[in-house]
Amino acid sequence: MSKSNRNKRTNTKATAAPVRKTAQGAPADRPVALKVDHVYKSFKLPTERAGSLKNTIFNWIRGIRGYRIQEVLKDITFDIRQGEFFGIVGKNGSGKSTLLKLISQIYTPNSGTITTNGKLVPFIELGVGFNPELTGRENVYLNGAMLGFSRDEIDAMYDDIVEFAELGDFMEQKLKNYSSGMQVRLAFSVAIKSQGDILVLDEVLAVGDEAFQKKCQNYFFEAKRQKKTVILVTHSMPDVRRYCDRAMFIQDGRISKIGDPDEIADAYSDSFLPPKTAAQIAAEKAEREAQRNVVTVNNVDILIDGEPQKFLAEKEDFTIALDFACDRDIQAKNLFIDMYDGRNVPVLSFPLSMDEHVKIAAGDHVAHVKVRNVLAFGDFRINIALQSDAERLTVCENACRFHIKGFAAPVMSVINPEEVVDISID
Amino acid sequence: MNITEIFTRKNWVLLKAMVSTDFKLRYQQSVLGYVWSVLKPLMLFAIMYLVFVRFLRFGADVPHFAVALLLGIIMWNFFNETTTGGMMSVVGHGDLLRKIHFSKYVVVIASSMSALINFGINFVVVIIFSLFNGVQLSWTWLLILPIVLELYMLSLGVAFFLSAVYVNLRDLNPIWEVVMQAGFYATPIIYPISLIASKAGDLGPLFARLDLILNPVAQIVQDARHVMIAPENPTIWEWVSNPFLKVWPIIFTFLIFIGGLGYFTAKSKYFAELV
Repeated sequence: MSKSNRNKRTNTKATAAPVRKTAQGAPADRPVALKVDHVYKSFKLPTERAGSLKNTIFNWIRGIRGYRIQEVLKDITFDIRQGEFFGIVGKNGSGKSTLLKLISQIYTPNSGTITTNGKLVPFIELGVGFNPELTGRENVYLNGAMLGFSRDEIDAMYDDIVEFAELGDFMEQKLKNYSSGMQVRLAFSVAIKSQGDILVLDEVLAVGDEAFQKKCQNYFFEAKRQKKTVILVTHSMPDVRRYCDRAMFIQDGRISKIGDPDEIADAYSDSFLPPKTAAQIAAEKAEREAQRNVVTVNNVDILIDGEPQKFLAEKEDFTIALDFACDRDIQAKNLFIDMYDGRNVPVLSFPLSMDEHVKIAAGDHVAHVKVRNVLAFGDFRINIALQSDAERLTVCENACRFHIKGFAAPVMSVINPEEVVDISID
Repeated sequence: MNITEIFTRKNWVLLKAMVSTDFKLRYQQSVLGYVWSVLKPLMLFAIMYLVFVRFLRFGADVPHFAVALLLGIIMWNFFNETTTGGMMSVVGHGDLLRKIHFSKYVVVIASSMSALINFGINFVVVIIFSLFNGVQLSWTWLLILPIVLELYMLSLGVAFFLSAVYVNLRDLNPIWEVVMQAGFYATPIIYPISLIASKAGDLGPLFARLDLILNPVAQIVQDARHVMIAPENPTIWEWVSNPFLKVWPIIFTFLIFIGGLGYFTAKSKYFAELV
């Protein structure tokens, strides 16, 4: 699997226009907007409740330190250039939010430095902190002041904020009379419509109703076109692939991977595949040993008009090109192509039986499987297996990933056998 | 966090916004609204006047003691409001501190500003009251300004310290309530300072001096009465001859202010994690 992926990547890299880049893939010719340099952060977690005087004194007398140190971020170093749309992904508790709070100067790092170049506007923990007793208008002004804007500046952006939030009729109402969705909408509008230089967004795309989400999507496209600097923390890999110029995968407080958003999204999704047990690993190894060197899958690509593509439009028919090598002459009977969507639901899972045993001579071959595209938008991955009567010739998991573009809500989509138009092996 | 950051334009805008918010919210949904900020100390005054001046005959030997009592009450109220409000202010804004980075000093200063506005309103009442009571208007009234400044710095210094401690130690709230209650009786508000001097036999004058030396609020209240109401209200400047003790109150206030501010600055880095 790793071999095939590596091959594919070198292919795509070669076609990209040469841009001078830093080691972490940032465009080196643009000025730095945010620099995070060897940042460590740990928290003291109280092991015994020490929030009251009695306990503090008791613990002190007994010589109990009363807390343990939890290291949340370890040696984080990266920079974000102006105009970059930067994604940060990671499991819950991996340290993403702590990192955002450090970037936003809410927390102070234990060591290391964070420098920002420009005004930073954060949108963290779903909201900017509104006062329920104030009206929407008063809250916007108070919030603007907290973000560091003068009254004139807030005056200038006020109409924009109200328009984006679609709360024109409610601005003179007290915030406690707002629905929770309306509050978040207002907070989000303040964050994105205020004229900051760097926008820090934490888990925002789950905000608001569908119409508002569409609006946010549009805003992101606009932000990308206007080359705004945006830092986005999200669990939505389609968003990472779609918007981010670069992304970072944080695991257990360290940067596990940084660079191309597709690779990051893959790494993130992979980290959720069920961990293999020792028995499974041993079994797989034995299996590989048993059928070693019969068939090797070199590369799997999705072809559109003969060109490899990672992004497909809806209803765009495609060909799965399977590049493999046989060590000896084989009799192939069944070709299994399993396809899963982003939620690991199988969308194509049945043997593509050849009419009879196909004789394949030793050497390199390419199999083409032409498929009518009935998939809805989302991420997909492909597993390949080739089988003779009783003999498994090869198994290759996650041989290929691709993404269907589009804005339709994800619906269940399944490729039926009749959608497979043609199979050929050269 | 740098202390100089208190004085940026950005913080000035924020301070104004926070003070006006506090002011708006304070008497929301109350019928009399801002009138309460005058009414409350006046009612308190009425009770104390009846109990201590009329029944217990405190301060019969001090001219205009009723006015002195009112002035003492509003000054003590200011100290109480600034320190108690300031203590709660950082924790009270915990929600915001966890979401946006902004100057933590502003939070405490804003809460002190509300108390200062209250004090200003009440001070006007004191002036009216003293003129009715026949207190002589004199140029020494201007000296009330540096005295109020001293009171403000003292209160703010204590507020900074308390607010930083309160983040970690919530027991401070009841403790401070008791301290304030004790402080109220340890300060010559409902009784003239001469009362201490005349009691406790030979030690009386010593206790009275110690009170003025160790309790900055007592010294400030006495100074204010001295310059505004009647020179018969003794001050520490008249009672001690040691030059160090004469300037001590100013040094003491300054030390409390610097100490409180310094402690707050050191701790404020971690407020967002702890509140």
